[in-house]
Amino acid sequence: MNHPTPPALAVTGATKRFGAVLALDGVDLAVHHGEVLALLGDNGAGKSTLIGCLSGVHKLDGGAIHMDGEPVEITSPTTARAHGIETVYQDLALFDNLDPAANFYAGREVAGPRWLPRGLRYMRRGAMAGVTAEVLSRLQVGIPDTRASVGLMSGGQRQAIAVARAATFASRVVILDEPTAALGVRESRRVLELIRRLRDEGRAIIVISHAMDHVIEMADRAMIMRRGRKVGEVIPHADNRERIVSLIVGGDG
Amino acid sequence: MADTDNVLAARRPPWRFDAPQLALTTIRIGPGLMLVAVVIAAASLSPVFLTPRNIGNVLSQSAVIAVLALAQLLVIITRGIDLSVGSTLALSAVVGALVFSSTPSGPLVVLAMLATGALVGAVNGTVFVWGRLPHPFIVTLATLSIARGLALWLSGGQPLQGMPQIVRDIGGGSLGWFPYSGFLVAGLALLGLLLTTRLVWGRWIYAVGGNPDGARRAAVPVNRVVISVYVLSGLAAGIGAVITSGRLNGGSPTFGELAELDTIAAVVIGGASFLGGRGTIANALVGALMIGVIRNGMNLLNVDAFLQPIVIGAVIVLAVELDVVRGRVEQRLRVMKAAQT
Ligand SMILES: Nc1ncnc2c1ncn2[C@@H]1O[C@H](COP(=O)(O)OP(=O)(O)OP(=O)(O)O)[C@@H](O)[C@H]1O
Ligand SMILES: [Mg+2]
Repeated sequence: MNHPTPPALAVTGATKRFGAVLALDGVDLAVHHGEVLALLGDNGAGKSTLIGCLSGVHKLDGGAIHMDGEPVEITSPTTARAHGIETVYQDLALFDNLDPAANFYAGREVAGPRWLPRGLRYMRRGAMAGVTAEVLSRLQVGIPDTRASVGLMSGGQRQAIAVARAATFASRVVILDEPTAALGVRESRRVLELIRRLRDEGRAIIVISHAMDHVIEMADRAMIMRRGRKVGEVIPHADNRERIVSLIVGGDG
Repeated sequence: MADTDNVLAARRPPWRFDAPQLALTTIRIGPGLMLVAVVIAAASLSPVFLTPRNIGNVLSQSAVIAVLALAQLLVIITRGIDLSVGSTLALSAVVGALVFSSTPSGPLVVLAMLATGALVGAVNGTVFVWGRLPHPFIVTLATLSIARGLALWLSGGQPLQGMPQIVRDIGGGSLGWFPYSGFLVAGLALLGLLLTTRLVWGRWIYAVGGNPDGARRAAVPVNRVVISVYVLSGLAAGIGAVITSGRLNGGSPTFGELAELDTIAAVVIGGASFLGGRGTIANALVGALMIGVIRNGMNLLNVDAFLQPIVIGAVIVLAVELDVVRGRVEQRLRVMKAAQT
């Protein structure tokens, strides 16, 4: 595939060290708008570390990040958000005691007046609930009662809420760490549909997954990591499944 | 197929009859129902209980616990605990009395008490956050000891007589039978309601209590939020000092002994959870009033003073059991909701 426009997000020479462990060793990654990139690799390959550096949880030791061709620095979750990158973490990072709207807007509440310190502003709860309901219905997430706390919802609904939250605020990139790992067949289907819808709306999407069937179904491209390095890039297809697996485990040396 | 389900689910009216939902609602207002039951019991057992004068008594006796409980609630919502409030109250009162011995200015005395409380709270919060302690239990236990020791040392172990008129009014004055301290509690509760349900900061304390890690990743200023609840708890101890020393016209290093237990009991009776993220201002107030009503009722009925802590303890167990039942009902509700979609 040739892309006339620069990638939504590109990382070059990403390096990250945890003490003696070299978790990332000069990794390159690029993902375009309207594309789903699967990030594959065995346990400890460095996938979570790489996306951690993109979502601001970790800071790169070396390497550069460009968004839509412009160089950017990602030093905290706040800067990642400001650049339009949203992450759905493996543990979802939901607040079980709060309702979907409060979950959507945690840490970025709509409130005023602006001259007050952020914490003392008066929340516009109606506006937040409205947008949340609108997004949930646009993405066809079935939530029977949008005022119930998220802790009362099923695994699939919770996953969907986390994805929808990311979709609401990600103007450019959505990152998902094993979005279907904890889900049944039916709930996985819904999340895959949701990811496809986000892609069709023009977001660039990075998905970590161990479920090869899901990767083949949703990803436009897959990149494989092993021991902190990128070891290959493949268009996932039922026919090259074996090859992907061997790249992941490194069987052919 | 899946999509038609979704649309149907979205169209289902949210208010249809729903047994677990009803149970949940009942449990949520449970503390209020318990208070009503206790009031009815007290009123039917003692003809004096519902007289305005006695109600005024209950309110003024509950005022300090209520103020401390409102702030303890904020701390407990963030998964914390403040064991130092009683000692901080004593220290603030002693400082207030010492300030009064060198200046007659009422506002200055009040300010000294509030500042002392807030300062102790700031120490609690900062040491907990920046010392990266696993739990605030230890640091507030240490300040429990240190603040009491300071109060004893500063006062020479003696009660210090005298408080300015404004402090005596706040602690002991009343409008007819309704104590000024009752108005103060009502005002603080309204402020707490505004903070916890309408302002961003309130959303943050629930977020921090519900998922501290998630809150951090969501760019909630977790450290500042945690420090702030301890500062408010210390400030509440300062307000408690104003009320107590006003009522007794002086400051004593023995003020507020075991007050931390009363406030924690009030918050727990009010249905807040030590696991964090749960609890309301209204129910914390109900918890404080419940303790006040039970104490007052037992006094009116001449119940042995040694029996009273046992009764309070039993009520706490009952309240915690209610919380366990709530957890189970929620679990069932979750299973049922999941089955619907
Ligand atoms: N915070 C950390 N401190 C120290 N070492 C870490 C840290 N995070 C990751 N590592 C190490 O970095 C390496 C890469 O880990 P990472 O979590 O990125 O792997 P992964 O590909 O996400 O694996 P998995 O599929 O198991 O989630 C591992 O050796 C891991 O032990
Ligand atoms: Mg991982």
